[in-house]
Amino acid sequence: MRKIVAAIISITVFVILTYFFITSSAPINYTTGGQYINPITHEHSNQSVPQQYLKDSKKDTGASNVVTAIVVEYRGFDTLGEVTVLFTAATGIALLLDELKRRNVPHDEPNFIVKVGSIVVLPFIVVVGTYIFIHGHLTPGGGFPGGAVIASGFLLLLLVHTNRGLPERKLSVTESIAGMTYALIGLLGLVFAHEFLENYLPLGTFTYLFSAGIIPLIYIAIGFKVGSELGGILHNLKGVHEE
Amino acid sequence: MTYELLQPVFVISMALIAIGLYGVMSKKNILKIILSIGIMDTGVNILIVAMGYIPGGTAPIENGNYPVYMDPVPQALVLTAIVIGVSVTALALAVAMGYYRKTGTLELDDEGVMKW
Repeated sequence: MRKIVAAIISITVFVILTYFFITSSAPINYTTGGQYINPITHEHSNQSVPQQYLKDSKKDTGASNVVTAIVVEYRGFDTLGEVTVLFTAATGIALLLDELKRRNVPHDEPNFIVKVGSIVVLPFIVVVGTYIFIHGHLTPGGGFPGGAVIASGFLLLLLVHTNRGLPERKLSVTESIAGMTYALIGLLGLVFAHEFLENYLPLGTFTYLFSAGIIPLIYIAIGFKVGSELGGILHNLKGVHEE
Repeated sequence: MTYELLQPVFVISMALIAIGLYGVMSKKNILKIILSIGIMDTGVNILIVAMGYIPGGTAPIENGNYPVYMDPVPQALVLTAIVIGVSVTALALAVAMGYYRKTGTLELDDEGVMKW
């Protein structure tokens, strides 16, 4: 009975939403221009927000990846909040699962392929993750995907060593230092550029590794923070005490 | 023009949202409910990214060769949404583990707890 009601409700939602989206007007194409009014200064402009970002990001931030320029520079405060949400989730998981941890877990021998393959693959996983977050301002990716790739390496370690956890204290120290670095870079912006998280380093040569001012530094901090944080989450979910 | 190209994407994302909704409403296993929430999350993210599609555009990474880029704002927003989704899923899994250790089951009906 419950399944039939659930099926009817979800099919209705599907039909209504699909009908609404297919018959509604096409999504706004930012390139077609139009008139826009700034709600604060009441200035008229014929440039939409994405047009502004695409046109000015090279001059403002020096990052060739416009998405990174938006995430770290234009909306850097939002990203600081996002990192805080991830930190809060990791803290909550540690709090919820701490008393459930076990000490003496039986050691199951893992699959031979997994055991040998992990030794071969793990260095490459770490190198790829590091590459992704160091080049966040030039190529697709950034601190969050790079940190997630490194955390997948931690997951491989947890799968192979069935009776062991990760070094929890080292992970939390890394995470704290990375988080403080992010906040410190932002606070230095108050000193040198009169705005929180404002760029104060030279922009460098466009499309080169050493460019875009504080964006690579922030993304490296985020990469370390996300990697160690997700590693800590995986450690807590496994529920084994690290002796 | 943009519009016909996007219709299959609308259908796919709405189908994912409906599948997730069905799972949340009908399943009794907590892990399946959490998975359903993740599926709904994916559907919404696909929809938002597809909204930034520009015909003939390329990824918003400037290299001087392409004059038309995709809308970068939805991509930046979805980057945030994905991270929040991961946090929510992980926290929900932790709560599910606590429930399992306390009651010895992941089925909601077994302990007299009814969803609806």
